[in-house]
Amino acid sequence: MNKIAATLGLATTLAVPALALAPKAEARTVTLTTQLRPYDGDGAYLAIYLTDARGKFHSTLRVAGSKAKYYKHLRDWARGRTAEAGRIDGITGASVGSGQSLRASVEIADALIDAGYQIRIDTAVEDGRDNPSEVVVPLTAAASGKPVAGRGYVAAFRFDM
Amino acid sequence: MIRRLHSLPGLFAAVLIATLALTGAFLAFDSVQERAGATVPPSGQVSVAAIAAAVQARYPEVERLVRTASGSVIAYYFEADRPGAVLVDPLTGGPIAPHEPSNLARTITNLHRSFLAGDAGRAAAGLGALAMLALCVSGAVLLAGHLGGWKALLRPSRGTMAQRLHCELGRAAFAGLTLSALTGVYMSLATFGIVPDGDSDRPAPALESSAGVRVPVAELAALRAVDLNDLRELAFPAITDPGDTYALTTAQGAGEIDAATGQLLGFTPHGLARRFYETIYLLHTGQGAWPLALLLGASALAAPVLAGAGALLWWRRRGAQPRIAGNVAPQTADTIILVGSEGNSTWSFAATLHAALTAAGHRVHAAPMNALAAEYGGAERVLILAATYGDGDAPASAKLFARRLAASKMRLPVAVLGFGDRGFPRFCQFAEEVSAMLSARGWPMLIAPVLIDRQSVQDFAQWGQALGAAIGTKLDLVHVAARPKTVRLVLADRVDYGAETQAPTAILRFVPPPVDPLSGVWRRWRTPRLPRFVAGDLVGILAPGAEMPRFYSLASATMDGVLEICVRKQPGGVCSGFLHALQPGDAIAAFIRPNPRFRPAAGKAPLILIGAGAGIAPLAGFIRHNRARRPVHLYWGGRHPASDFLYEAELNGFMADKRLAHLATAFSRAPGGSHVQGRLALDAAELRSLIQRGAQVMVCGGRDMAAGVARTIDSLIRPLGFDLRTLRMEGRYLEDVY
Repeated sequence: MNKIAATLGLATTLAVPALALAPKAEARTVTLTTQLRPYDGDGAYLAIYLTDARGKFHSTLRVAGSKAKYYKHLRDWARGRTAEAGRIDGITGASVGSGQSLRASVEIADALIDAGYQIRIDTAVEDGRDNPSEVVVPLTAAASGKPVAGRGYVAAFRFDM
Repeated sequence: MIRRLHSLPGLFAAVLIATLALTGAFLAFDSVQERAGATVPPSGQVSVAAIAAAVQARYPEVERLVRTASGSVIAYYFEADRPGAVLVDPLTGGPIAPHEPSNLARTITNLHRSFLAGDAGRAAAGLGALAMLALCVSGAVLLAGHLGGWKALLRPSRGTMAQRLHCELGRAAFAGLTLSALTGVYMSLATFGIVPDGDSDRPAPALESSAGVRVPVAELAALRAVDLNDLRELAFPAITDPGDTYALTTAQGAGEIDAATGQLLGFTPHGLARRFYETIYLLHTGQGAWPLALLLGASALAAPVLAGAGALLWWRRRGAQPRIAGNVAPQTADTIILVGSEGNSTWSFAATLHAALTAAGHRVHAAPMNALAAEYGGAERVLILAATYGDGDAPASAKLFARRLAASKMRLPVAVLGFGDRGFPRFCQFAEEVSAMLSARGWPMLIAPVLIDRQSVQDFAQWGQALGAAIGTKLDLVHVAARPKTVRLVLADRVDYGAETQAPTAILRFVPPPVDPLSGVWRRWRTPRLPRFVAGDLVGILAPGAEMPRFYSLASATMDGVLEICVRKQPGGVCSGFLHALQPGDAIAAFIRPNPRFRPAAGKAPLILIGAGAGIAPLAGFIRHNRARRPVHLYWGGRHPASDFLYEAELNGFMADKRLAHLATAFSRAPGGSHVQGRLALDAAELRSLIQRGAQVMVCGGRDMAAGVARTIDSLIRPLGFDLRTLRMEGRYLEDVY
């Protein structure tokens, strides 16, 4: 059954992350740290992604939560990534529990930094809240290393590069 | 096969299912409780626009309204940048209480869905539901077989406490459990995407809205048109995004509403798959249909009890599995024993027969009747021990016998011994059919077929003697059904009757032995007590040196503080002789055999008790415990009122305090003597009317008397349009015959 589920998961998440897999010289490693608040409920689903200044989806950085059927609750990300033409299985992990934190290292193209792009986070918890774009931070050198609180489950988010 | 299909998954899945069932029952009652606390306005009273406006007035930053299946309305909002959720009154939009889903309910939900073990647990829960479905279906087939066909499915069940509990509870919980299992399997398949749940993986695409100036939610036409009872969820547009829309999900579909114009921008009705899944969900959870939730919860509670009773039955049957030492191969044996048994009890008799024949120098092979060979190399005789299952059917291990016999050209001398229960309308029917089949095919009968009632070891020993004489071997069949653990009781007092009429009968009362004063205070807690029994149960008594216990019907219950029996002294009877020689203070070794088949049905319907001689004992017990004062009519036959009128004083007392409504006696040796059957015929009109009013008839006494009573009652009720067989099937004609 797992196999079938996995296959279906693949089928329904066929989307290429326009993640900047550019040559090393033109990209840098960015560490994303997301600390959740304590809350009552099962593990939270998170999508961390890039948008342009107007909020238009660019690419997926990280997803927490493996059941594709719940992705629609990460509304802004899920709506945006319909245009995405790649897979997210390589950057998808387990959901994040109450009060826990998620650390991830991603490669981001230099060309996107200080170029008006934003890092956004959508969160959702079953029988809890959906928080589309609860965190919106500019992808700038100046914003790096400064924690930002979300309106929903995210107590603090920071990126370091 | 069906039985195996029923017991194997049952045993393996018992823990799994018990967990699913108990958590399921919790969730069902939880949803009933939620429904009880929710206000559900009648349709047409509250529109979504109205409740949304009311909630927004109190919580300006309301983000989402959710109406649960049970009718509660929950608002998710922000206040001073802090998220909150509140249960609101559907009529006023005012807060009732903060919405804090309990950790317990969530943990139980997760236990129910996945045993707290992720996808592996979800798969296990799905398999648990599948096992439950297999149990429900195979259980229904077994029950129908046990009771004698699908039409008989609602008849009262018979058997031991555990059997009846398993049957009655299974029957009551069948609908709820089958529904839970079937819908559970579907939901599990949907979880793994094998069947559709009709729920789109993708969010509805954002639609182009006017992005104009927003109007108050109360004025949005598209929301005014939706009744609150149809609402599933309403998401408010983000304050920061002028182009954002209301996202509305109703029972019928999902759509977007322009926040400025109030127009429906797009609406997608739920597909068939979604509607089907929602129906399945409703049937599984009972959410939104509280009587169903109650039924599901109650049925689920029965599941662990069913599993417990089922495991007990399985264990007992396993204990009775054949263990035949020195079984000779079929083609070299001179004697073949074939066993037709459903519950394996007949096998212990086969083992006794096997051992006795082997000891007498025979080469014996024992096998199930289904294993009848087309030919046996050296067999000189075939002995068939056949039980009857349900309403005269072949037991499991004999279902293929008729076909196999038809395919064989053998003609061997044969003896047939039937095992059955006279309480069933077709006593030993299958054994009789087997004898007829064998005779028709020309098999010579060694001795006439014998039918044994309720595993009587005496009858079995007699049959052994007759068989031994026929085959020229002395056969002493001493069958000891697993020697029971006995308790020591001492005679408290005795009342003697019948010496003058050559029918010495004694009422004997036993109590636990007195505590030995030397045994010390520390042993006080081990004070001997009476075993647990009720009137109508049997006490087995082992006379000193005797191998076989004798059974006597009990006239008292544990709560009476004495164990009371009524014993007629049989000429040459070992046990009755022993009991009649007892003096107060003398001890016996006794054990209880429950006799659940012979108990008055619950309720206020009249009871007709019929007995003769010492057969009055359990009947007197029933009358003694008739605290509800239901109308009880006693018909009893003795020899002479001056000599053996058992319980005369007590019966007069029972009449006086209305525990006994009517007493009719017949004395065979009094002037103008008569029997109890004749006395019944005198009261024909009265008895007919009692039976028409649902009276239950209980008969206790000797076999001849019981046969006479059965004929009398049958002819008496024929004019009413039914017969004894019907009464027996309905559990309204019970016999305890010896």
